[in-house]
Amino acid sequence: MSELAIRTENLGKRYRIGAMPSGYRTLRDSLMSGLRRVGRRERAPAFETIWALRSVTFEVPRGQVLGIIGRNGAGKSTLLKLLSRITEPTEGYAEIRGRVGSLLEVGTGFHPELTGRENIFLNGAILGMRRGETERKFDEIVAFAEVERFIDTPVKRYSSGMYLRLAFAVAAHLEPEILLVDEVLAVGDAEFQRKCLGKMSDVAHQGRTVLFVSHNMSAVQRLTEETIVIDHGQLVLRAPSAQAVDFYMTSGMAQAGERLWEGDPRLASAAPFRPVALRVFDGRGRVSGQVASAEPFTIEFEYALDQAITGLRVGLYLSTSRGEPVFTSFDTDDQKAFERHTLRPGGRYRSRCRIPADLLNEGRFVLGVNASSYRIRSYFTDENAMTFSVDGTGAPGSHWPETRSGSLRPALDWEITEAGP
Amino acid sequence: MSLAVAPVPAEPPVTAIRPSRGWAELNLGELWHYRELIYFLTWRDVKVRYKQTLLGAAWAILKPFLTMVVFAVVFGQLAGIPTDGAPPPIFYFAGLLPWVLFQDGVTKAGNSLVAGSHLITKIYFPRLAIPLASVVSGVVDFALAFLILAAMMVYYGLRPTSALWSLPLFLLLALATALGVGLWLSAMNVAYRDVGYVIPFIVQAWMYASPVAYSATLIPEGPWRIVYGLNPMAGVIQGFRWAILGVGAPPSGLLAVSVVVSVLVLIGGALYFRRMERTFADVV
Repeated sequence: MSELAIRTENLGKRYRIGAMPSGYRTLRDSLMSGLRRVGRRERAPAFETIWALRSVTFEVPRGQVLGIIGRNGAGKSTLLKLLSRITEPTEGYAEIRGRVGSLLEVGTGFHPELTGRENIFLNGAILGMRRGETERKFDEIVAFAEVERFIDTPVKRYSSGMYLRLAFAVAAHLEPEILLVDEVLAVGDAEFQRKCLGKMSDVAHQGRTVLFVSHNMSAVQRLTEETIVIDHGQLVLRAPSAQAVDFYMTSGMAQAGERLWEGDPRLASAAPFRPVALRVFDGRGRVSGQVASAEPFTIEFEYALDQAITGLRVGLYLSTSRGEPVFTSFDTDDQKAFERHTLRPGGRYRSRCRIPADLLNEGRFVLGVNASSYRIRSYFTDENAMTFSVDGTGAPGSHWPETRSGSLRPALDWEITEAGP
Repeated sequence: MSLAVAPVPAEPPVTAIRPSRGWAELNLGELWHYRELIYFLTWRDVKVRYKQTLLGAAWAILKPFLTMVVFAVVFGQLAGIPTDGAPPPIFYFAGLLPWVLFQDGVTKAGNSLVAGSHLITKIYFPRLAIPLASVVSGVVDFALAFLILAAMMVYYGLRPTSALWSLPLFLLLALATALGVGLWLSAMNVAYRDVGYVIPFIVQAWMYASPVAYSATLIPEGPWRIVYGLNPMAGVIQGFRWAILGVGAPPSGLLAVSVVVSVLVLIGGALYFRRMERTFADVV
């Protein structure tokens, strides 16, 4: 049957890592290692390798919009690069039926010296559009990008927003049968992102096959029905998007109400800040992965400073397991507290935050942490540090056994009065 | 039984993706499919070069022209090297035209993949398009400089020879040689960045091995001429002067050797390029 747009079988890609900081070598490296081998009669050293992707098998029926999610370095981009033929697989097989357009980046090939008009044609050709096609869509592209007045200005004079809008506009008018999209919406202002998402869902409704890689969980859920989760180069789950996003947001993260950072390789770059632990205490003061909506609870972030830091603020990001932010709060949000702790000397600290009762709705939440000196330096960020769940027992309105939408479930003051007959 | 004629949906093209081994075929059909991209890459090369510089297109003329002046003074006046009876300025200029085309083509093509790494890692297209566009973009410079040559011929009262028709063939030979060498160098440059530093030396040495500043007739007749022809640019430049000015020796064994060598370098370069191509995106 030809109803499949993409089929992969045990697709795998191995990269060499280790000795060389980047891919290319200098002749000297090759000569020297060659000479050493001759001298010692050694065989060629086995390079340290890593499977960026391994045993990936899946099928995409024609017309489906499939989300791909996973952590940084999980292999999502490698998968798109294999499918768009930018790089070859090390093993396995894939078959693609239809014209492929890949969008791993917007503005590929844009040249700053060329005008907007010239770049549209150049970029169109690079993305695989025929010249006539670009000519037909030219006005539409310019209008979408809102750069009519500057179309004959070199793009080096564009603001970064205009540049991006133009770049995306060309890409958005690509009409292949299969579209591979990497995290291209991570950039740009919120207004334009909305416009792009709108355009993307138009694409999805035209019956084209789309593979959509993103870290934007709400975009994934809005645009796709089904999503695959990739972790350490393996396809670990394929499920309806809401389920897949929930799995991704909560998998591999501490569920026990405590997250420890000891031995995390990212710590080196955070110095002199050193995260130690993040803990959730339930209403009875026990470390727990589950708290009650009707009781107050405490979130504690423990960290050490190897030397004094000026202007430090340590904060929490709370978001739902669907990736929607709920709130952000810092330990020195109170100006008096900020003045009192302007200089934090070296040592071990705990920043505790008390979450009042009757605030969060039942469900699973994700906690992120951040430590920074405003406008000076961000020391440490972990947006998915741990998860915890909220139990709705005793929450406002829980005498009706129904699920309530929204991430908050506050107890609000209601007044009921008779307004007369 | 009636024959129901169901509309047969156009079967979309099927692309198979699998690891490849050994030598890859050239796949010129695909290159043809991407001809518009090659055109736009060439056009970008030309456009950007002319836009970025103060004098723009004038450089296409100034570069060979100023070199010609230097040659005419150093080799013509001071060293007194014979110019086959042609006025030295025009003798050198006619030799410099194909030489500059070759030199720029090799230099730009050799560095083209490294310079275009942002394209290679983000989008698929036959990689041959990149060095090809670099070499072809030199033709615009060549055409501009050729107008000056024509003007100089008028000035010196020289009439083109009847062999002028063969000029495009020599032009083609120069392009093929530049592309062949450029393919080798560009593919090696991806794996070994040293190549980028070596290219200027190669080009400089090559110029002295080619009859740019002197005439190929300085090489004694006989087997040495044939050996000299192993450098395809010897055949190209000698042929150029012969076709335009009617000076020097007409094409002979030397040219035949040049053509063979050029074709071998080109085919070898293309095969080597295709073989290395699969790792470009990972390595560059």
